Amino acid sequence: MTSIHPETQHAEAALDHSKTHHQLGFWRKYVFSIDHKVIGIQYAITGLLFLFFGFCLMMLMRWQLAFPGRALPVIGKLFGESNMPGGIMLPEFYNQLGAMHGTIMVFLGVVPLGVGGFGNFVVPLQLGAPDMAFPRLNMASYWAYFLGGVTMLVSFFVPGGAAQAGWTSYPPLANLVPTGQTLWILGMLLLITSSLLGSVNFITTIIQLRAPGMSFWRLPFFVWAQFVTAFLLLLAFPALQAAGVMQLMDRVAGTSFFMPEGLVVSGQVAQISGGGSPLLWQHLFWFLAHPEVYVLILPAMGIVAEVIANNTRKPLWGYRPLVFSVMAIGVLSFVVWAHHMFLTGMGTAMSAFFQTTTMIISIPSVIILTCLLLSLWGGSIRFTTPMLFALAFLPMFAIGGLTGLPLGLATADIHLHDTYYVIGHFHYIVAPGSLFALFAGVYYWYPKATGRYMSSKLGHLHFWPTFLFMNGVFTPMLIQGMQGVQRRLFDGGETYYHAQDVLWLNEVMSWSAWGMALFQIPFIVNFFWSLKRGAVAPANAWDATTLEWAAPSPPPHGNFATPPRVYRGPYEYSVPQHEKDFLAQFDPDTGAPAPVTV
Amino acid sequence: MSEVIPYTVETRPDTGVNNVKLGIWLFLSSEVMLFGSLFAGYILLRVGNPQWGHGQSELSVPMATLNTAVLITSSVTMVLAWAACMERNFSRFRLFMASTVALGGVFMVIKYIEYSAKFHHGFFPSTSTFMAIYFTFTGLHALHVLAGMVVNGYFWLPGAKMFHSEPQRFANRVETAGLFWHFVDLVWIFLFPVLYLL
Repeated sequence: MTSIHPETQHAEAALDHSKTHHQLGFWRKYVFSIDHKVIGIQYAITGLLFLFFGFCLMMLMRWQLAFPGRALPVIGKLFGESNMPGGIMLPEFYNQLGAMHGTIMVFLGVVPLGVGGFGNFVVPLQLGAPDMAFPRLNMASYWAYFLGGVTMLVSFFVPGGAAQAGWTSYPPLANLVPTGQTLWILGMLLLITSSLLGSVNFITTIIQLRAPGMSFWRLPFFVWAQFVTAFLLLLAFPALQAAGVMQLMDRVAGTSFFMPEGLVVSGQVAQISGGGSPLLWQHLFWFLAHPEVYVLILPAMGIVAEVIANNTRKPLWGYRPLVFSVMAIGVLSFVVWAHHMFLTGMGTAMSAFFQTTTMIISIPSVIILTCLLLSLWGGSIRFTTPMLFALAFLPMFAIGGLTGLPLGLATADIHLHDTYYVIGHFHYIVAPGSLFALFAGVYYWYPKATGRYMSSKLGHLHFWPTFLFMNGVFTPMLIQGMQGVQRRLFDGGETYYHAQDVLWLNEVMSWSAWGMALFQIPFIVNFFWSLKRGAVAPANAWDATTLEWAAPSPPPHGNFATPPRVYRGPYEYSVPQHEKDFLAQFDPDTGAPAPVTV
Repeated sequence: MSEVIPYTVETRPDTGVNNVKLGIWLFLSSEVMLFGSLFAGYILLRVGNPQWGHGQSELSVPMATLNTAVLITSSVTMVLAWAACMERNFSRFRLFMASTVALGGVFMVIKYIEYSAKFHHGFFPSTSTFMAIYFTFTGLHALHVLAGMVVNGYFWLPGAKMFHSEPQRFANRVETAGLFWHFVDLVWIFLFPVLYLL
């Protein structure tokens, strides 16, 4: 690194330039920035806004499910005669809300926040790098994501409204619905471009820009989780890209990639060339979408691991098993996709294969959960706000994971397939699972991004009711599903005989959802109030060990005052014969105080 | 700005690559998955289809053979352009880069003639599953050729300033563009037999 190079002169010139970087105008500094921290914050805020928007769509749906056919008071008429005439929701509008809730939460909310937001902000800092390997690609990645999001939002306003074929967009339905679906595909192609640029950047950064001394076995678990996640995005998303191009051709150029021969639509034989296969879409879609669920959960596990190690004041239990498990999940997630398709008639041999791989992939997931749980053993736990969310993640993810097992068994899946049980299962993973971890991340890294703590009181006021209401929303779904109530029903099962006993749960879920919305207010208030009024945080806000805490808060352009050196593994807490209860990665431990720059 | 990022030009000793080369290989791995998914779709559709249009009877094999030769030649000129960078011979670099772009253009023109002949004979993407696959796959490939031409065109003309200011960095850039160009070539080597011969 210190060798004399022809580029040194150039680098010096660039360094001078970076010193004057604060003189950049508003647009280059905050909008079209190439600084990974600004891009990370842009991603995080856009992601949080989309999460809120997707949550609003869901709250509208919950009105229709709890009180089918009744006019929505006050705001109902705002949605227009074509969507909610007289405040009463039309089935087409309900389908739009359902499809877009799923799409927005997964592709525009959780992934951009977990990977684009936390990944961008934290990974280069934890590596001791000055920025991402390709800063301009990083900016392009954000703006592709932004345009994809805008495309999705615009689709609500085209004739016929937004996509209504579910977030899975199964053909033939997806080929027959109005224009919104075409915009959905275009939006997805932009999001895929964004994630491609992002994942190339993450992998290169992690391999190439590790600070001196930062060997792979000294990487924080969060970085490992992002590393594997990036590979999933890199290699799984192209399958949906291919499928998206084909669906686009089906819709625009009249091809029949996914349209079978002799298809009957509304009682008439469709005028198509035929010869396509709806199953081809399902295979390509789930080849992406199963790894995608690990994209939703792995960064969350990374955040939880960081927060737990920091707040138990002891090393993570089983760092290497954690890393090997996350790698195993990464590899196995490419060979489990057809467990979403047991009922398509693909045959017992295929079902047996995918059932087996699904059971195998549950093992590393359980190892991760067990390691995190055992990490609590014997620790002196600090119940900070991030720790509350991280602790809640453990049982919530456990429920989500364990309820998935019956769905992975081909026989049990016959009863449970396409019921509310499935909805309950995966929401336990992504809502009280991933989302809680993401909240933990916001509270944990907020002092690094802003130099101030978020209020702990408001944090508690946010956490406890959210925890309660989350379960109020999702536990009844499991019960309804086991009773056989189908998902995607416009009336929540009101017209079905077998749903009558569990119909009352619809109101419980809806009131819980609206209650949960109410208790996001403390979070929003906290987020803005703490920017100016929060308690001032030192550079190492939580007495933590990883490298991001060696940089000033907020870190300047280029991150570190002096290039950091790494001396040890990431979780050296409560080291015997050491005066403090933590020994940071960047602490040379010469007896002198750690070089913490404020 | 981005120039303060280490290992943009020089090789990192313990990993043996620079950022750009690692990045392009990762990008290409994603591209492999994209075209791999398309070919997987092709297999599934063909196996499940009782009547399958034969490529030879509907498509022009001589045209495609010519195009294959054109693309392979352009890959050779691409390598020669990079070699000229390494030898610090600017006029040779200009010559070979221009040839690469021009050969890409020849490929596109031949492709255009093929497409318009198909349209003229009433073959459209909506005609049959085979035609849908033909137009979609070759169309996506043509977009890749076009993208490669844009990048190479940039290095041939406006981007060539860097040949003198930062020779090593420029050679790396040309090498990276070359890797992409060879990949696009390779995709065609798969498309040609699959669509025209099988």
